[in-house]
Amino acid sequence: MRQWFRSGTPWIWLTAAAVSASLIMVIGLVSLIAIRGLGYFWPGEVLDIQYRDADHHTVRIIGERYDEERVSASRLRESGVDLTTNAEQIERYLIKTGNRDVGGLDFRWLIEPDITTIERPGDVAVIERREWGNLYGFLIALKQGGQVVAEGDQAWPALAQRLDRARDLFAQIRAVQKEAMGEVNHGLEKLRLRERMLEIRGENDPERRLEIVAQRQELAARYADLEQRLVGLSEAIARDSIVVQTADGGIVEVPLAKTVRIFRPNSMGPTGKIAHYLEKLWEFVSDDPREANTEGGIFPAIFGTVLMVIIMSVIVTPFGVIAAVYLREYARQGVVTRLIRIAVNNLAGVPAIVYGVFGLGFFVYFVGGGIDQWMFPESLPAPTFGTPGILWASLTLAILTLPVVIVATEEGLARIPRSIREGSLALGATKAETLWRTVLPMASPAMMTGLILAVARAAGEVAPLMLVGVVKLAPSMPLDGDFPFLHLDRKFMHLGFHIYDVGFQSPNVEAARPLVYATALLLVLVILVLNLAAIAIRNRLREKYRSLES
Amino acid sequence: MPNRPASVSIVSAPGRRKGAALWRWRNAKDVSARHAMRLGGISVIVALLLIFFYLLYVVFPLFVPASIKRAGGYAVPAPEAGRTLHLAIEEQSRIAVRITDSGRAVFFDASSGNVISNVALPVPGGVRITSFAAGDPAGRLFAFGLSDGTALVARHDYRTVYADTGSTILPDIDYPLGDKPVVVDDRRRALVHLAIEEAGDETTLAAATSDNDVLLNHISREKSFLDEDEATIKRTLASVSVEQMKIRALLLTEEQNTLYVVGEKGGVAYFDIRDKQLPQLLQRINVTAESARTTSVSMLAGGISLVIGDSSGRLNQWFPVRDERNSRALTFIREFHDQRSPISAIAAEHGRKGFIAADQSGRIGLYHATAHRTLLVERIGEQAIETLAMAPRGNALLAEDQAGQILFWRIHNEHPEASWSALWQKVWYESYEKPDYIWQSSSASNDFEPKFSLTPLTFGTIKAAFYAMIFAIPLALLGAIYTAYFMAPRMRQYVKPGIEIMEALPTVILGFLAGLWLAPFIETHLPGFFLALIALPTGVLVFAYCWSRLPPGIAGWIPDGWHAAGLIPVLCAIAWLSFSGGPVIEQALFGGDLHGWLTARGIGFDQRNSLVVGLAMGFAVVPMMFSIAEDAVFSVPGHLTRGSLALGATPWQTLVRVVLLTASPGIFSAIMIGLGRAVGETMIVLMATGNTPVMDMSFFAGMRTLSANIAVEMPEAEVSSTHYRILFLAALVLFLFTFLVNTLAEIVRQRLRKKYSSL
Repeated sequence: MRQWFRSGTPWIWLTAAAVSASLIMVIGLVSLIAIRGLGYFWPGEVLDIQYRDADHHTVRIIGERYDEERVSASRLRESGVDLTTNAEQIERYLIKTGNRDVGGLDFRWLIEPDITTIERPGDVAVIERREWGNLYGFLIALKQGGQVVAEGDQAWPALAQRLDRARDLFAQIRAVQKEAMGEVNHGLEKLRLRERMLEIRGENDPERRLEIVAQRQELAARYADLEQRLVGLSEAIARDSIVVQTADGGIVEVPLAKTVRIFRPNSMGPTGKIAHYLEKLWEFVSDDPREANTEGGIFPAIFGTVLMVIIMSVIVTPFGVIAAVYLREYARQGVVTRLIRIAVNNLAGVPAIVYGVFGLGFFVYFVGGGIDQWMFPESLPAPTFGTPGILWASLTLAILTLPVVIVATEEGLARIPRSIREGSLALGATKAETLWRTVLPMASPAMMTGLILAVARAAGEVAPLMLVGVVKLAPSMPLDGDFPFLHLDRKFMHLGFHIYDVGFQSPNVEAARPLVYATALLLVLVILVLNLAAIAIRNRLREKYRSLES
Repeated sequence: MPNRPASVSIVSAPGRRKGAALWRWRNAKDVSARHAMRLGGISVIVALLLIFFYLLYVVFPLFVPASIKRAGGYAVPAPEAGRTLHLAIEEQSRIAVRITDSGRAVFFDASSGNVISNVALPVPGGVRITSFAAGDPAGRLFAFGLSDGTALVARHDYRTVYADTGSTILPDIDYPLGDKPVVVDDRRRALVHLAIEEAGDETTLAAATSDNDVLLNHISREKSFLDEDEATIKRTLASVSVEQMKIRALLLTEEQNTLYVVGEKGGVAYFDIRDKQLPQLLQRINVTAESARTTSVSMLAGGISLVIGDSSGRLNQWFPVRDERNSRALTFIREFHDQRSPISAIAAEHGRKGFIAADQSGRIGLYHATAHRTLLVERIGEQAIETLAMAPRGNALLAEDQAGQILFWRIHNEHPEASWSALWQKVWYESYEKPDYIWQSSSASNDFEPKFSLTPLTFGTIKAAFYAMIFAIPLALLGAIYTAYFMAPRMRQYVKPGIEIMEALPTVILGFLAGLWLAPFIETHLPGFFLALIALPTGVLVFAYCWSRLPPGIAGWIPDGWHAAGLIPVLCAIAWLSFSGGPVIEQALFGGDLHGWLTARGIGFDQRNSLVVGLAMGFAVVPMMFSIAEDAVFSVPGHLTRGSLALGATPWQTLVRVVLLTASPGIFSAIMIGLGRAVGETMIVLMATGNTPVMDMSFFAGMRTLSANIAVEMPEAEVSSTHYRILFLAALVLFLFTFLVNTLAEIVRQRLRKKYSSL
């Protein structure tokens, strides 16, 4: 044994264990996110439970099993739970009971020994609503204009088509509210600013004023028109409703206008479940969030992240490349260049929040405030650019990722053999021509790598964005149909911030948790794919020039 | 694309000219490209350096000393109105008022001294003014004590009228208790000292009569429910005794719950007057040194602290402090002794805990109490200063000297709250029991004393980084050593990028998992977790020993260099056993409830604690440290190890004596870079801790770090306020720290690289 210890073998095993532990953590983390994130969309079984509650009454609970854990009995007793068994460890289940409008709470812990029976009735329905979360119960009847049109099992076939109609109408209402009315409001705001501008300039041209008044009247008329249409649509959508019996025997009437979908998970076949899964997945990536971000989709966050990253790339690429080319090709190599190189390299290690502070102070308050004074005096004191927005967020992240691009490009330039440059110069090309025609094209994969790494870093960075432009719910997208289409001054939503906000600032964290996992999974996938792409490009580049280097 | 060779063959004369033109054009392009690149490159680098200078630029005003500038000096306006009792300035520092002993209020232009209006207050005929009182300066209330035991209460008020040419301020006097004097002493003795405070419908007057009786009057107006204008006035009267004390001044707090009677000799009687009919003497105490007399006294904004100036030029701050028995006692807090002549007047700032004190040599001192900072002492006149007023925004002062000169000075004093002691040392804050490190930057109240101690935040930052490093260093370095030195090349090909790619994992995801998954998991599996910490290394050793005893045929299942792969199921099994064995241990050792056991021993348990942060942030820094350390070990020249092995050393001996020694600078730089990252990480600490700025080294307590503090408070901080600049200072500290640490690491790494290339 002593011999064995002296040989050093045990320590080798220990170092190996460190690698294994790291690998387990990496794999475990990714799979944890993947399982929890992807599981969210799967239609879970709905249980019908007879449960003996604290007052020894038997109650009926309908809901989905959400979580389970083993707890020590003594801790339960301490927290005031009256236990009937003597077991030391007790299983308990977290049941999502939904029906927040009826019961107040939509989650409930059940202790295993107190559960009398569990059934899985086929006809229990899950009703996803636009407000108040899910409703669990049994469909009793379908009503049209207050009159029952179908009852019991007959209600289901009739429901599908009516639900489609309600959804269609809902989409129309949304289109009117968001797009048409938004456009009118945007126009009115523009008119107000134009009027204010005239006031500031001291122009008193009555013709212009009349023009504004006329346009305003026209917009007001259009608005009234839209309102009329909205009233009509609202009446149409309010026609149908369903009657549902809940777990406690109560009868609830739900207008179809407020439902997203109705399904019976316990009687779904595998194909039905897969279809449901894909539908939910599509809703997740393509829809707007509902219920304070705890339900619905995350489309605005995806859109905001992508747009911000694109704007950032447009800024960071040319500047990063120019700086790298200057450092490597034009600057005299000496102590100063070396120091600059170290400094640039180290800026990549400066905490992101410091960039956020700089962005807020310099871009938002200093530059943005200046722009407002100079270009948008008509909307003051409401700031246009003097407040956090997508432009400032992109600029801040551009500065944050600049070192990444510079370092990667420089590395690529350094990798190009001297012989190629010398060959080009010997043939009579000027330095600029050599650069443009031979060096830069050869270094372009390196620039690409730098850019991809920059994008991956920017997409995952949250701390600085919290200071310079991200919001939990943006009323309008930074890119839309109103002139000038790209609104650089607007605030935006972001995947990373969405995770923070929904996971930690949401009023109903329990309900939002699966959504956070799904969002996290999406973000992880995006970033892993970007990084793998960067690695692949780098490897290809290395292979390509290996022959030249030797 | 193929390069077209420049044609250099024989060309005709026009062709040559054309060639020359082309050459000139190409040359011009080359030169302009060079200039453009230089300009662009330098400006990008300058822009990056701008970050540092901009942070410095924002932080710099914190350290700019206060300054004052003379803005006017003139003889007392309207001298015929009498001697000055009180001076005050309005919000804009444009108009000042002088209240005189003949019952007049003279409003005048602060910078020129031109009289704007001269109002006679309705002091009844045949009655003399015997005393004067001014309420809390922001309330602008004042009162005359009269010789017939009554007091006339008034307020100077300002209205701003906007016109095309600018705004005009119109001064006025109004009478909150009516323009008739209110009776203070029913026996109608003359009031020789007076104090007044008013808030809403409650007014308290304290007065001392000529025969040393101290009376307390409380007037409350109760509006009738039926008629808004009709109000019933309720008045209570009480008297307190101060025995033989020769009274210098009476002071009421803003809250109207405390009365201080300040004696000539330096004694102070401290009364609790929450019950206005039954004032209670809490304490009599001497507040000035034996040899000195109390010459001036004032309350600081917020009405908690007393500043007492004495005849030696000393200024002492006192406030009530609760002791162990929960009784309040006036306590000496701090002293300023930067003026040498007797203090003749003290004026407090309206919104901050600063004040100015004037002395008999014509000097004034500008102080800040919380920061314990003497901002400035400067002579503003030749004569002793008698009356002093502070502008509401703290940006001007008005003084009257013995010779009847009014001095108007502008004050530039933006950030008195920041000082070395306020940021880094223990400070005794108002209403606290003892000096402490506290970060509490804002509150709903106006007279709030901001507490800007960066110590708890720095402590939290170091604590978080410390726990992260405890977790990350062994994992990353041991892993790097194995991967670089022992691992089979085929496995290394996958393992290295697999771990490195985790560096790109957004920290918001780690933070969210730490806060929502890991924290509850650890909370329920605490014993199992500690068991796993012990069981994992020992289990690995036991497994390795058993494995080495196996017959060679089976032991060959794990070839050299694949230990790590073979250990994965072993580790999983040990971890699973530990976590399921946790409850058994808990039952056996801690009575089935570890949390209860901890609480009984005075160890608080926060769900989001340092342990969780350490694990999550450790995980975040492992890939980076692993990658750098692995590179360092891997690039140790092969002939060194081969030489060592050839001389008969075991692989482990070679590793410890040769490889690690050579690679140690690289490993050091890995640790440094990991530390830099851990110190600046924001999202993980923001999400995985409770963000309470406490100073508790315990495993199970939370913390607030500099970076999380910036993320939480920066969006709400008012631009250019002290709070804003201190947050910038925190960012600058983070910047400098990480920059220095990274530079150090980088230099070490570059030297190492040079060493390798020479070997």
